[in-house]
Amino acid sequence: MLHFARWKVVAIFVVVFAAALAVLPNFFSKSTVESWPSWLPARQIVLGLDLQGGAYLLYEVDRADYVQKRMRTLTSEVRRALLEEPRIGYTGLGTQGQAVQLRLRDPSQIELARTRLTPLQNPLNNTLLGGSAVNEFDLSIGDDGLVRFSYSQQGLTQRVRQIVDQSTEVIARRIDQLGTVEPSIQRQGEDRILVEAPGLGDPQRLKELVGQTAQMTFHLVDTTVATSQAEAARKPNTLILPSAEDPNVSYVVEESALLTGEDLADAQAAFDHQTNEPIVSFRLNTSGARTFGTVTTQNIGRPFAIVLDEKVISAPVIRSAITGGSGQISGGFSIEQANDLAILLRAGSLPAKLDIVEERTIGPGLGADSIRAGAIASVIGTALVCVFMVAVYGVFGWIANIAVIVNVLLVFAVVTLLGATLSLPGIAGIVLTVGTAVDSNVLIYERIREEARAGRSAISSIDIGFQRALGTILDANLTTLIAAVTLFYLGSGPIRGFAVTHAIGVLTTMFTAFTFTRLVVALWVRWRRPTKITL
Amino acid sequence: MFRLRLVPDNTRIPFMGYRRWTLPISAILSVLAIVLFITPGPNFGIDFLGGTIVEVATKDGSDADLASIRSTLSGLQLGDVQVQTFGTPNDVLIRIGQQEGGEAAQLAAVDKVRAALGGTLEERRVETVGPRVSGELAWNGGLALVVTLAAIMVYVWFRFEWQFAVGAIIATLHDVIITLGFFVVTGLEFNLSSLAAILTIVGYSLNDTVVVYDRIRETLRKYKKLPLSELIDAAINDTLARTTTTGFTTILALGALYVFGGEVIRSFTAAMIFGVVIGTWSSIFIAAPILIYFGLRQDALKGDKAEAAEKKGA
Repeated sequence: MLHFARWKVVAIFVVVFAAALAVLPNFFSKSTVESWPSWLPARQIVLGLDLQGGAYLLYEVDRADYVQKRMRTLTSEVRRALLEEPRIGYTGLGTQGQAVQLRLRDPSQIELARTRLTPLQNPLNNTLLGGSAVNEFDLSIGDDGLVRFSYSQQGLTQRVRQIVDQSTEVIARRIDQLGTVEPSIQRQGEDRILVEAPGLGDPQRLKELVGQTAQMTFHLVDTTVATSQAEAARKPNTLILPSAEDPNVSYVVEESALLTGEDLADAQAAFDHQTNEPIVSFRLNTSGARTFGTVTTQNIGRPFAIVLDEKVISAPVIRSAITGGSGQISGGFSIEQANDLAILLRAGSLPAKLDIVEERTIGPGLGADSIRAGAIASVIGTALVCVFMVAVYGVFGWIANIAVIVNVLLVFAVVTLLGATLSLPGIAGIVLTVGTAVDSNVLIYERIREEARAGRSAISSIDIGFQRALGTILDANLTTLIAAVTLFYLGSGPIRGFAVTHAIGVLTTMFTAFTFTRLVVALWVRWRRPTKITL
Repeated sequence: MFRLRLVPDNTRIPFMGYRRWTLPISAILSVLAIVLFITPGPNFGIDFLGGTIVEVATKDGSDADLASIRSTLSGLQLGDVQVQTFGTPNDVLIRIGQQEGGEAAQLAAVDKVRAALGGTLEERRVETVGPRVSGELAWNGGLALVVTLAAIMVYVWFRFEWQFAVGAIIATLHDVIITLGFFVVTGLEFNLSSLAAILTIVGYSLNDTVVVYDRIRETLRKYKKLPLSELIDAAINDTLARTTTTGFTTILALGALYVFGGEVIRSFTAAMIFGVVIGTWSSIFIAAPILIYFGLRQDALKGDKAEAAEKKGA
């Protein structure tokens, strides 16, 4: 037990030295570390949101809202398909939950209807699974002429999957524009997106930017009816939309949009030359510019509405034909609002509404306080343990203390190298490691004392003490490790942060007990050649 | 040379003689803890109930005026709202219950609170957990507990005789149950961190139990004739110095965390400190005597004979 091959001695010190080197960058600022020669490690510990402040936002695709909207577009697609020449007569077209249905007037047109409506089932290519194509909708046409499109379970699942993917991209583009450091945007489960943005000063703005659908459309305003009348008359093919600025004002607009966000090529925040008011100037792509040119030429004198997420931002009157494909939106914005709208328009709209189902935002002040508190607690905790160990075990107490410090060093090194996130519960895990790292030394020392009391010589008690204690240490730490690993896999948030450092701590504890402590004791024995153990 | 000893050398405490008292005490406490956990139940945090907490601090560092905050918030019609200081007198924790109307209503409520308090108070932390997520967190947490216990039982079974696995699991369950009772009695918030604390207590308690078991197994092989209860007493006394020293150092480290580690993890550390004490108790007074009741001796001897026979054969 006390004999070490030379290469093992070297290996143990190399590991400890490498750990010290890996931890080193954490003591310097990021810019200092970047100026170092490239052979020095530069990786720093990633601090959790609770330590550096930031926002943790869990979004979920609003399925009900999505299905409702999709049913609306499907209904108009069906209507358009049936109105093609030769027309197919129908009654009772409408949505029922997750289905659209209608009845054909003339059952003899069933086959014609089938050929026209089949494409609307919308085959989704299922490249991920490599299997056969899945239809978004199941279509059934009864002999009595009852036609029914219903969402297939698989189709909906896959649509939601696509929505999550697209949304993730859109959110990434939006956050990118904010210039936040290292945001993380990931899919979670089937229909969720987790956004983590560390070190953010204003989480409120992030929320507004990420959560907005930002579906922008241009509609002609129907000036032939007053809003109140339209509501009563339910004029077909029109929508009544509220104003974004004043909820008491609303507009009657044509249902079909002239342009959508897809037609935009660029959007920038700017100032109006005359009024100096913040505005958003936009540029349309070629086809958008063509459409816009035609519409504005034909409708001079009529207002059109610029609609964002079903609210009218502004409804300017067309004064002249706009053929250049660019324009501006003014809506009484603040500079920041204009900026954010430009970002939203550039990044594109979300394919569905996202709801926040979990939100945790931590201000930078609290994070700094937590770091300070965690550091103070760690230092005081370690100091108390060290003093106690020396009081109980004398010289061997010092050896244990060196082992504990090596242990903490190793934990920090592994956390740094793995790129794991250090959170406040993580610091708790390290402090607990200090407490239990001592345990392995205590086990060894108590065993050595027992052997010495049983009348063995100093060297032999140390030797046998280590031998017997190491088996116990292995068993005891493996059970703890099992608990920590299950915690890691099944836990979330704070539990995970704790489990990571605790599990690493258990491993490093075993490493130091089996190698470092044993080596230091062996070196001490070789140096002092004790005949009597005073433990 | 002076050496601090928590336990004098050659301590011989007849632990197993106390089992007539200690086992019933633990049983009664466990039943009591279960009853308390069901009703009135612990002070569940937003992780499991859903809802919002907002931590604010006064901008100028003066003491917060709880009464005025309460009256401001009660005007907002947000249902169940609790206001209390958090750590320091200028730090305030506001708890808002689950709002009717799902996540959107919840976020709207938080915005209202922000607007109402924004003047003199600075927002430090906001956490909102929706009803769907809170349900999942509770389920996953319970699952983590069960899986951890099962995994550990399998490990102990694998390494020792089956009686040890049973003893370890009963002792661990005892610790979990009593700690749940601790949460009810102290009124500490029960949240995800509390669950982490409980699972760590499981780890610690088992660590302790395994050390004692390891020694019992060793003693069992050494003294084949000694009555089981005396043998267990010897094993516990032999490891007592280690048990107390380790428990004490762990409590020193956790104590520092409790006092200096900040309010956010205080309930976590409080539970851990309690868990170290209860875990030590259960290793000595539950895990060990259970071996007697499950007839360890005969099985162990048989096992040894079988082993010996195998060796002969080989």
